[in-house]
Amino acid sequence: MKVSTRWLKDMVPGLGGSPEELSEHLALRGAPVEEITIPGEALGDIVVAKVVATGSHPNADRLSLCEVDHGGDVVQVVCGAPNVKAGRYYPFAPVGSVLPGDFKIRKAKIRGEVSQGMLCSAKELSLGTDHTGIMELEGDFEPGASFVEALGLDDATLDVEVTANRGDLLSHAGVARELASEGGGRVVLPDIPGSPEPPFEYREGAPEVAEGPVSIRIEDPELCPRYIGAVLRGVTVGPSPEWLQERLRGAGARPVNNVVDATNYVMLELGQPLHAFDLDRLAGSSIVVRRPHRTEDTFTTLDDEERRLSRDMLMICDAQDPVAIAGVMGGENSEVDGETRDVLLECALFDPKSVRATRKTLGMSTDASYRFERGVDPEGLRVAVERCVSVILATAGGSLDGPVLDCRPRTFEAERVALRLSRIERLLGIPFETPYVRALLEPLGFRVEEEREGVLQVRVPGFRSYDVTREIDLIEEVARTHGYDAFPAQLRPARPGTVPDDPLFQLEDELRAALAGQGLFEAQTPAFAPPGEGDVEVANPLATTEPVMRRALLPSLLRRLEYNLARGNRDVRLFEIGTSFRRTGSGCPPEEATHLAVVLTGRRDPPHWSVDDRPLTIWDLKGLLEDVASRAYRGRARVTPADDEGTGGVLDPSHALMVVDDERSTVGRGGRVADDAVDTPLWAGDVFAFELELPERPEPQTVTTYEELPQYPAVERDLALITPDDVVVARVTRTIRQSAGSDLEALELFDVYTGEEIPEGKRSVAFRLRFRSVKGTLEDKAVDRNVDRVLERLEEELGVRARA
Amino acid sequence: MTDESPLRALARLENEALEAIDEAKSAEDLESVRVEFLGRGDGRISSILRGLGSLPAEERPVVGQKANRVKGTVSEALAARSVRLARSGDGPAVDLTLPGRTRWKGGLHPVTQTVDEIWHIFRDLGFTRARGPEADTEWYNFEALNTPLDHPAADEQDTLYLVDSVLLRSHTSPVQMRTMEKHEPPIRIIAPGWVYRRDTYDATHTPAFMQIEGLVIDEDVTFVDFKATLAEFARRYWGPDTRVRFRPSFFPFTEPSAEVDVKRVVDRADGSREETDWLEIMGAGMVDPNVIQNAGYDAEKYTGWAFGMGPGRIAMLKHGVTDLRTFFENDVRFLSQFAS
Repeated sequence: MKVSTRWLKDMVPGLGGSPEELSEHLALRGAPVEEITIPGEALGDIVVAKVVATGSHPNADRLSLCEVDHGGDVVQVVCGAPNVKAGRYYPFAPVGSVLPGDFKIRKAKIRGEVSQGMLCSAKELSLGTDHTGIMELEGDFEPGASFVEALGLDDATLDVEVTANRGDLLSHAGVARELASEGGGRVVLPDIPGSPEPPFEYREGAPEVAEGPVSIRIEDPELCPRYIGAVLRGVTVGPSPEWLQERLRGAGARPVNNVVDATNYVMLELGQPLHAFDLDRLAGSSIVVRRPHRTEDTFTTLDDEERRLSRDMLMICDAQDPVAIAGVMGGENSEVDGETRDVLLECALFDPKSVRATRKTLGMSTDASYRFERGVDPEGLRVAVERCVSVILATAGGSLDGPVLDCRPRTFEAERVALRLSRIERLLGIPFETPYVRALLEPLGFRVEEEREGVLQVRVPGFRSYDVTREIDLIEEVARTHGYDAFPAQLRPARPGTVPDDPLFQLEDELRAALAGQGLFEAQTPAFAPPGEGDVEVANPLATTEPVMRRALLPSLLRRLEYNLARGNRDVRLFEIGTSFRRTGSGCPPEEATHLAVVLTGRRDPPHWSVDDRPLTIWDLKGLLEDVASRAYRGRARVTPADDEGTGGVLDPSHALMVVDDERSTVGRGGRVADDAVDTPLWAGDVFAFELELPERPEPQTVTTYEELPQYPAVERDLALITPDDVVVARVTRTIRQSAGSDLEALELFDVYTGEEIPEGKRSVAFRLRFRSVKGTLEDKAVDRNVDRVLERLEEELGVRARA
Repeated sequence: MTDESPLRALARLENEALEAIDEAKSAEDLESVRVEFLGRGDGRISSILRGLGSLPAEERPVVGQKANRVKGTVSEALAARSVRLARSGDGPAVDLTLPGRTRWKGGLHPVTQTVDEIWHIFRDLGFTRARGPEADTEWYNFEALNTPLDHPAADEQDTLYLVDSVLLRSHTSPVQMRTMEKHEPPIRIIAPGWVYRRDTYDATHTPAFMQIEGLVIDEDVTFVDFKATLAEFARRYWGPDTRVRFRPSFFPFTEPSAEVDVKRVVDRADGSREETDWLEIMGAGMVDPNVIQNAGYDAEKYTGWAFGMGPGRIAMLKHGVTDLRTFFENDVRFLSQFAS
């Protein structure tokens, strides 16, 4: 809502303060100012000039030569406007001045004639859309006077941020009420210059009311509880006088013509949207408020757009056809234009939800619909229509014809809300007394009508009837007007909560710390994914390139790796913890799981002069995966070679691992990323990755139970084994463990070798076995017996022999 | 050999040798000390060992032990001095100006770090963490939170829908209701998590971003507690001189509602201190009785307060990041600036 500070000060006598100070007050009332603008800010060079004489240009029919007095100096100016007249005043940009848009005025020769400056149109000054002629100024001026000051363009406009509950603040009156206590304490309506202040009479009726040939009928009182129509005859549509234009400009609106400007003026002042119909264009001089008929499926609004109507929209119609979409926009067929003589002025109340639904269906929003959606003052209609009639009569002439028609099938009943002082204290933490509560609420339009035993009966004004309906709403008003900053801020002890700290968050903390400690950086990527990377579709996606929610994190993390490689970052180690989405039954929320993904490429360690660079290998990936899986599943998940096809198309099947939990379901996969699954520069090495689903309810970290340290020495034996290629190490290890006896304390694989001395199709695998007994020092012979048994079993079961 | 006792002679020799070792200025000096005391032929300590045979039998073991101990002490001192000489010397031994060996550094995402910093403060204030789904229903995201779908307030966060009434949560507030459904008061939680809005990417908006919800429900919780706890948080996060301002605002699920602003004091390079502008850090308020009632609690008995804040924005302010999208690029050169 754009608010003119001058207008505000006219409505709150005694209100002082700079725009910045007013903004501060408003911020502390809950209506912060986003921006302060001064429309005349860019027009400081412009002066008011008087055209002393005009003559025709010798070389051009459409140009005239003007003698322009811009303050003590008369210069020749070539002018192309048809409306330039001697003896009138216009805004003038002298040589050397700069117009909005950084347009500098230079001395020029136009068709051979010298031109020293420019007479300006409203559009050239960014003050309106009119470019048909130069801007004629009404009134008497001193040539050379500042244009900005002469027209009041130094008014500061405050762009007030109005929250969705405060429709009443979408008007100067509403904002003025919040500032009243900063001034004289009350809000007045400024005088309208030249207003005849006609006596107003009303004819009430429902569902129809008529006077002479004009009638109003409401067929849908739920959506339109009240419709006031005033008939004005003999108006002359034309530009508004300067005072009205100034008001509108100060509130960020552009002047159109006196009738339209009058409706906008009242809307900006009181928050009540109004609409002026050309009465001659209303068939039967009638207004019928109804839903569209079956045949009425389109309607052209006055912005020249054809709108598709639906049966649940409320329309304003004449005796035959729709002439406006109720509360949203008028129609082309009944628009006021330069020919209009008689006007029917609409001032009505429409159901907020209906207006909202209609404008949403039509995909549009107007100043009127914005206000109706948020609720306009049901008690303010007559004030608004009278004000608007006065402005039209003062600026467009004509007369009010007969009583104003007030069709009112529903009467507004003001709400009374009970407010307990005890409840205020219970919520706000400090006691409040009745007189003070009264002093806080009444300047805002509330009335404390009764007080008994600490319970106040508060009458809510119409303009607050939408957001203040409950006791808590009044308590907020008390807190707000008392001032949030005026409350103490004393920290008191609090009872501990009943909610345990979420174990998955705790596991995430643990995994993050572990991975960061191992040299990985945490990445964050949005969960939106290209087609094919998930089966949960977004109904209204932001971008058609990312219409689904991701099933897996790896694809987006690999894109981040590609991004890094493309920028020359050779060593990329990233992880991410995020949500995976998976479709369930139709219409149900998707299934979500927390995943952890890792991508790695580059060198194993930072370069150091003492060693050659070593690239990361599958073994680095496997070690990391084992560590993470063991932490996540508390040692109950195993990393094994992937034994199926499920590599997700990302992993190279020859270097693919999977993680299996103790219920034998696959909870993760990792390995070398297939060459075609990632786009890497030629210089880049292998890329490794894994993705692990984290348990939904992780178990707590296991508690260590102390194990007594050994008292007796250990005996170590190295075994170099020749194993056939088709016997995997895991199998060999298992056999050793099973056959080495209970004194085997540790088994370490320390070498794998193929090549010279090793027969084709075999490899040498070397283990170190450490034996130790808790009962006493082991004898060599006993250890030898164990080793012999191991070798026997290896040969029997696996055909594995000791290397000679 | 004089007529002093061999034990005393050994003690004297030990002292002399250690002094000589300390005084040695070079490897050559040291070598001559070694030869003088420990030389195989006529080293002064060696001679005593060799002369053991001429001592009375009962003295031999004592003198022998002592001599061996002295020999050991002197040898160790020679070795230690030799290392020290090599280090300080200009000899070719080891150039310790060469760079040391390091491990790769890693680190948490700056937004996670901010979430953690905030969480740790609230943990100290007695809060725990709760979570809820990112895809939720209109009921949890709007209606349960006192936000009718046909009210303009439902528009303010342009929501991404999946199917029918299922949507991507537009704030972390659904966790309020989900937590209250499962637990009895007192409730004292925060809920960090991703939220989604139909916002195009620009310097200050992304369609997915982190939010942290906070919720307190108990008997006798008041606006004063609400202000005090959040002001305490702000001072712990931004420093004890931070000023905190509460401004009235509107959220359908809190009443009274507030925007919380902070004004920080920053130290400038020249040593002077300067106050920043007011910075909006969160939306908050007393929990609306309708929300408490929707959770099945007695709204006359229980009161509470809640807040929502954006750690992404707070991280931007804190680290001087000017474009929110930088957080999603995940350039390792950017991430390594926040390495632990």
